[in-house]
Amino acid sequence: MSEHALTWLAVLAAGAVCFAIKMIGHLVPEHWLAEPRIARTSSLVTVALLAALVGVQAFGSGPGLAIDARLPALAVAALALALRAPFIVVVVAAAAVAATLRALGMP
Amino acid sequence: MVTGVAASDRRAAVQQSLSVAAATGLYAVSFGALAVSAGLDLPQTAALSLLMFSGGSQFAFIGVLGAGGAAASAVATAGLLGARNGLYGPLVSPFLRVRGWRRAAAAQVTIDESTAVSTAQPTPEAARTAFWWTGVGIFVLWNVFTVAGALLGDALGDPRRYGLDAAAAAAFLALLWPRLGARVARVVAALGMAVALVLTPLVPSGLPVLAAAVVAIAVGWLRGPDEPSAAAEPEVGS
Repeated sequence: MSEHALTWLAVLAAGAVCFAIKMIGHLVPEHWLAEPRIARTSSLVTVALLAALVGVQAFGSGPGLAIDARLPALAVAALALALRAPFIVVVVAAAAVAATLRALGMP
Repeated sequence: MVTGVAASDRRAAVQQSLSVAAATGLYAVSFGALAVSAGLDLPQTAALSLLMFSGGSQFAFIGVLGAGGAAASAVATAGLLGARNGLYGPLVSPFLRVRGWRRAAAAQVTIDESTAVSTAQPTPEAARTAFWWTGVGIFVLWNVFTVAGALLGDALGDPRRYGLDAAAAAAFLALLWPRLGARVARVVAALGMAVALVLTPLVPSGLPVLAAAVVAIAVGWLRGPDEPSAAAEPEVGS
């Protein structure tokens, strides 16, 4: 099989796997979800996932970790959130800080 | 007036959804550019965003292929990182109440952002509104900007130059922020981030985020039912 065809096969297979995972989550019987312990757990899962995504997005660098312009950008985002800035302001401010610092030579 | 309150809840939900959709959708520019530089062609890049539609899985997929990894490990890595979307279905399906093709459509747009914005709403109606506006809004923008990034990749240069990686971190922080009211939520957030960061240099990408979810499941499961029910019931954001 050519490399191009193999890549297509991987794209289609990975797309199917990712959709199936999402669909399985929607097919969980509702009476399972009524269990209080599961309801309690599910909102904590969202918190843990979002926190992990913040960490990986802010410090992940290829296979390792790095501290770079993303850290001050994230600090500005946290400050904006503490000041109750709207979501879009928080996101644009972080991008602007990181872009400015990188233009000034910070990695 | 009840209908007035419901309408303003829905308006706030739409505004939050569109903010999230714009910020997240734009980030697909960097996905499109990186996918092409990892060796995928334009139709393959566009197909990934249409079919996989899960940012973390997509970046991991092209990361493995771009580093010369086997196709099978790219599929496995994408699946592992996408596993968290399977945990989101049970969070959103109770208020969505959809069947048939609408359930398939809902499943496809069940991602971090649609789950987080919808579960942060005060009423099931507002949650439904937020889920569809965020999910479909990101789906449309994500696919448009994927193609733009793939076409303009060379002209755009390194997406990090525009701070888009920092923007994504800030977006996740903004989604997390209103959920940190309860102490147990703050503990789980700190544990989840620590576990993900410690594992990042050690295991394939995708697994650190999944491990953080496992930590949350363990904490949620082991907590006694007699403790105050403070499972991060989020306040509505601004």
